[in-house]
Amino acid sequence: MSNERKVKLEIKDMTKLYDNGDGVRHINLEIYEGEIVTFLGPSGCGKTTILRTIGGFLDVTEGDITVDGQSIIHLPPEKRPTAMVFQSYNLWPHMTIYENLAFGLKLRKVPKAEIDKAVKDGLALVSMSGSEKKYPGQLSGGQQQRIAIARSLLLKPSLLLLDEPFSALDAKIRQQMREELKKIQSDLGITVIFVTHDQEEAMSLSHRIVVMNKGKFEQVGTPAEIYDNPQTLHVASFIGEMNFINRDGKTIAVRPENISVRPGTGDDLDGTVRTVMLLGHYVVLNVQCGGNVVKCNVDRELSDRLSIGDKVTLKFNKCSIFDEEEGFVPVEQ
Amino acid sequence: MFKMLNPRRFYHAVGRKKFWEFILLAVFILFFYGPLLNMVMLAFANEYSVPHILPEQWGFKWWGYIFQQQSLVTSMIQSFVVAIITTAVSMLLCIPAAFSIARFKYPGRKLFMLSFLLTNAFPKLGIYTSIAVLFYKYNLMGTYVGVVLIHMINSMMFMVWLPASAFRSVHRQQEEAARDVGAGPIRTFFKVTLPMAMPGISVATLYTFLGSMEEAQGTMLVGMGRIQTMPVAMYGIVLDSSAVQIGAVFAILLIIPSVVMIFAMRKYIGPEAISGGFKMK
Ligand SMILES: Nc1ncnc2c1ncn2[C@@H]1O[C@H](COP(=O)(O)OP(=O)(O)OP(=O)(O)O)[C@@H](O)[C@H]1O
Ligand SMILES: [Mg+2]
Repeated sequence: MSNERKVKLEIKDMTKLYDNGDGVRHINLEIYEGEIVTFLGPSGCGKTTILRTIGGFLDVTEGDITVDGQSIIHLPPEKRPTAMVFQSYNLWPHMTIYENLAFGLKLRKVPKAEIDKAVKDGLALVSMSGSEKKYPGQLSGGQQQRIAIARSLLLKPSLLLLDEPFSALDAKIRQQMREELKKIQSDLGITVIFVTHDQEEAMSLSHRIVVMNKGKFEQVGTPAEIYDNPQTLHVASFIGEMNFINRDGKTIAVRPENISVRPGTGDDLDGTVRTVMLLGHYVVLNVQCGGNVVKCNVDRELSDRLSIGDKVTLKFNKCSIFDEEEGFVPVEQ
Repeated sequence: MFKMLNPRRFYHAVGRKKFWEFILLAVFILFFYGPLLNMVMLAFANEYSVPHILPEQWGFKWWGYIFQQQSLVTSMIQSFVVAIITTAVSMLLCIPAAFSIARFKYPGRKLFMLSFLLTNAFPKLGIYTSIAVLFYKYNLMGTYVGVVLIHMINSMMFMVWLPASAFRSVHRQQEEAARDVGAGPIRTFFKVTLPMAMPGISVATLYTFLGSMEEAQGTMLVGMGRIQTMPVAMYGIVLDSSAVQIGAVFAILLIIPSVVMIFAMRKYIGPEAISGGFKMK
């Protein structure tokens, strides 16, 4: 992340509240050109809300949003340089796939021959070639989502907004679509904001992740930063596997792969082996340490020497310590 | 073959359930299509007297008679004129109302919808009479405007409720997607919202048109004999019992527009279309 990268989108102290008081508060974010940024968070945390304010479907209560330095909050959706793929119901069922894709281009008075070509290319991009004459009702949910993505891409938006576009797809196609999206994004050099509540999807897709909770940003960073240095307990628990150990009013968060185990006593934490589970190339050990069960990943060589009930001692190679009264103290050991 | 006509054999051959279904269907056909058949037969009967089942003489005599009667032909024309105006004006007024009910939340929205039900729930004659009092005051008695207004009162409920539910079945995101790709609000309405609500709107339009074609009570009262639509003229003829056949011919003439309309809109008509318009799975 060099500093001279161009800022594509900037959200400045934006607040959007619904009539009932729900919403998002004091959001600040800069997104650089050519970046994929993911909003990750549990259901109802406000991901769609932010995306809709950027797309122009919701007015902001306070603050500003700029694209390429120009404020866009007073523009209607059709004048914004953004394209959005919604969570569902993207396509118009009374139009064929061709008409769905051509709609935006026709409005821009693109010549027929060019539209034909663009539609063909767009369909090829999402591996849906040959479906021009079908109606949306004749496609599966996943195919419909792909058409919706193609429709947005055809218009060459400078900012693509995707609201859980793959949530209707099964695991395998999801994986495939992620790869495709990444490729399309780097080929076209567009900026993408992607919303998901699937942490694996966020990790594998994004340049940067915004972890959200209850209408607020908890942490913004690269997947590695978020994984290695969670800044809040929520982030620590939401991303990847994490053990939480309470000690002296503090919570120690440590990942299973960051624990060294040896028989005996005397390191950071002593306990007894509860279960040993072989998961292919590594072994998961559940160790009972007082009131906590700590999960550790160890290798075969060690696990073969251990059996249930053995005394072991754990050493935390890397952990984060969170103070009871909020705040955090990420300590490396 | 004829053995099969023995009811007991038939019963055992098709099974109990089928047997009763068959009986039910037969009764249904007799009840609904019997009079209809009789009517068609009468329309083509030059001579017919009561104790007989079949006419003594077939022919087009009464068709000829009707089309020679200047007053009857004018009544047909008037019927169509009134029905077309009623339908057009209802669409113009009710579709925007339906859209506003479906899309915006404002106080009194529920009451507004319910008010249409009321006009259909009270005894029609009472409403017509009180309206007539008003119409006298504004010189609307015996005018097209008055008759069209009466017809619209009947069709309002369909014309607002059906399109409103059709508009509601269009998802917000589908409209927003149109805005997103560059259509303004008006283009979005005409290219996305309206076409998607079209099935519901067509059905409502059909009801309105056909309802207006067959409305007699209110037309008689408000039209004051000056505006004679087909059903009004038919009352006169049916009461004049010497010519049953004229009534039959008229009934068939009244059916023709329904059949034509239903055929023209067959794409949109059907239980699914009425309940939800185009749906996505
Ligand atoms: N139109 C609305 N009126 C009132 N409250 C709303 C409205 N839309 C959303 N909310 C509330 O705002 C909060 C954020 O909603 P939002 O749709 O942004 O969540 P989300 O993060 O996209 O969730 P999901 O993952 O389930 O899609 C929720 O508490 C929701 O109840
Ligand atoms: Mg959402």
